Amino acid sequence: MSHVPTARASFSPAGRRRPNWQRMAAWAILVLFVLITLVPFYWMLRISLSDNRTLAANAGSLLPADFTLGAFKRVLGIATLSEATAEGGSGATIDFWRYLANSVLTSAVITVCQVFFSAMAAYAFARLRWPGREKVFFVFLTALMVPPIFTALPNFVTVQQLGLLNTYAGIVLPYLFMTPFAVFFLRQFFLNISREVEEAAIVDGAGHARIFFRLIVPMSSAPIATISLLVYIGAWNEYFWPLLVGQEDDVRVLTVALGIFRSQTPQAGPDWAGLMAATLLAALPVIALFTVFGRWIVNSIQFSGIK
Amino acid sequence: MSAITERQHGASAPRRDTSVPRRRRRAGDLPVALVFLLPAAVGFGVFYLWPTLRTMYLSFTDYSLLAPPEWVGAENYRRLFQDPLFWNSLRVTVEYVVINIGVQTVVALGLAVLMHRLTRSGLIRGVLLLPYLVANVVVALIWYTMLDAQLGIVNRALEWVGLDPVAFFGETATAIPTIALVNVWRHMGYTALLIFAGLQAIPRTVYEAAATDGASEPTMFRRITLPLLRPTLVLVLVLTVIGSFQIFDTVAVTTKGGPVNATRVIYYYIYELAFQRFDFGYAAAICVALFAILAGLALMQLKMLRAGDTDLD
Repeated sequence: MSHVPTARASFSPAGRRRPNWQRMAAWAILVLFVLITLVPFYWMLRISLSDNRTLAANAGSLLPADFTLGAFKRVLGIATLSEATAEGGSGATIDFWRYLANSVLTSAVITVCQVFFSAMAAYAFARLRWPGREKVFFVFLTALMVPPIFTALPNFVTVQQLGLLNTYAGIVLPYLFMTPFAVFFLRQFFLNISREVEEAAIVDGAGHARIFFRLIVPMSSAPIATISLLVYIGAWNEYFWPLLVGQEDDVRVLTVALGIFRSQTPQAGPDWAGLMAATLLAALPVIALFTVFGRWIVNSIQFSGIK
Repeated sequence: MSAITERQHGASAPRRDTSVPRRRRRAGDLPVALVFLLPAAVGFGVFYLWPTLRTMYLSFTDYSLLAPPEWVGAENYRRLFQDPLFWNSLRVTVEYVVINIGVQTVVALGLAVLMHRLTRSGLIRGVLLLPYLVANVVVALIWYTMLDAQLGIVNRALEWVGLDPVAFFGETATAIPTIALVNVWRHMGYTALLIFAGLQAIPRTVYEAAATDGASEPTMFRRITLPLLRPTLVLVLVLTVIGSFQIFDTVAVTTKGGPVNATRVIYYYIYELAFQRFDFGYAAAICVALFAILAGLALMQLKMLRAGDTDLD
């Protein structure tokens, strides 16, 4: 948030001559919104580090109430029952590690398969010549218009009839082969690869499989990484579909587990610290990915937004 | 970063890129294309096309998952017109969308313009985008805690300035506005980023020329930014309105449709009908109604876009 690039960006001479209050007010509003964005995250952290029993007495304090890692211990299942109740835990448990593993596994499988198959399709739409190509691509794109719930009902029936309710396969299946967005996104990049490299490879006798794996994929590693990230985050955050087909304990993913954990929290004296600790842990992987790849994500959303 | 921005310009005219190069070898790569398309086509057929057609078919049947669907003609649609809960869910959803989109568009437009005129900081854009990247469920739970009637910090703050505490999620009058604003918080940075991308397409020289002529910032906003941004705004609205109609996660985690029917939005109503009462046929009919509404809205908005295009030249 350094002010150096700011000064450089102020190209308008009028803006510089004018008394700076207008600019200051504008900055104040922008900073206010940055704070509005960040404060809830801090609050989640603050409550998760609090002792649930003294939370009420310290509700106005900005720091954790009686700093403790107890809530995290409860959530991770490393607190004994007496420890948990001593800090106001409700006794409601969350088998965090299992749900975390389920989320990691299903999101990873979805990402790898969906990006790979979508890349193959994007290659066919961008680099191959065949009759009806644009029409078929348009049909693929119309799937973007269909609201997810529209397909969720019959997909549920399909998964049920395949006997895949409450299995990993059932959770990942509808996302495994393609999404219109991934195909569209990758096609845009594949279209812009220069023909010359490809033609040189053809002269050397390379087939399409070789061109795809040895040329197109390596040359598009940045967009492929970007779409992988977006798909992963999307799969990680998905709630509706796993709620339908993955309620059972051994395949339950984190979002679904959080919802159940919340509905198990008693109305009287809920374990806020535990709830926020679980929420924070569930959000942590995405926040970590974001800190590392934030700039990529920002740019790719800007890019896809234009189209 | 520059690599992606450079490609952006190329991407706006993709057709040219494929047709300009010299006549390609044989006219058809069809067999190879089929191989490359196969997995995606299977996915498209089985999980998009077939279910879409099937939902339409199911909407004319009575289907409870236990016995095969039974054809009942337009019965579900007749029922829909007389179902007060359906109309309630539609009303509640529209109320949500109006508040959500109204506030969000204004805030996001403001943020985008501020970022555009003040700073190129990727950090600020990144921070504003952060809520969009965490799950709906996470966002819902954070705000559920912050807005709690007894312990929530927001109510403490209200008390502190001398106001009565509000049971944000717990009262029929406040539940929908609360959920709508929570999701404004989640989406404002994302929407601002989409608008920001549109702003970057406006040549800087236009602003420089206006500034030389002595135009003030508000004048520039009204005379340059808004008119030139209109196509972007319409596209953003198409995207966000369709998304907004699909409000489900926040409701499912916080209010579960209550208090009374105050937050029984259309998505949640369909979910209850299909997966708690196993009334698949009727649920499918409501899906079709929802789809028709969304398609109608999108068409209307795209018409506006076309009207906006002429402005630009």
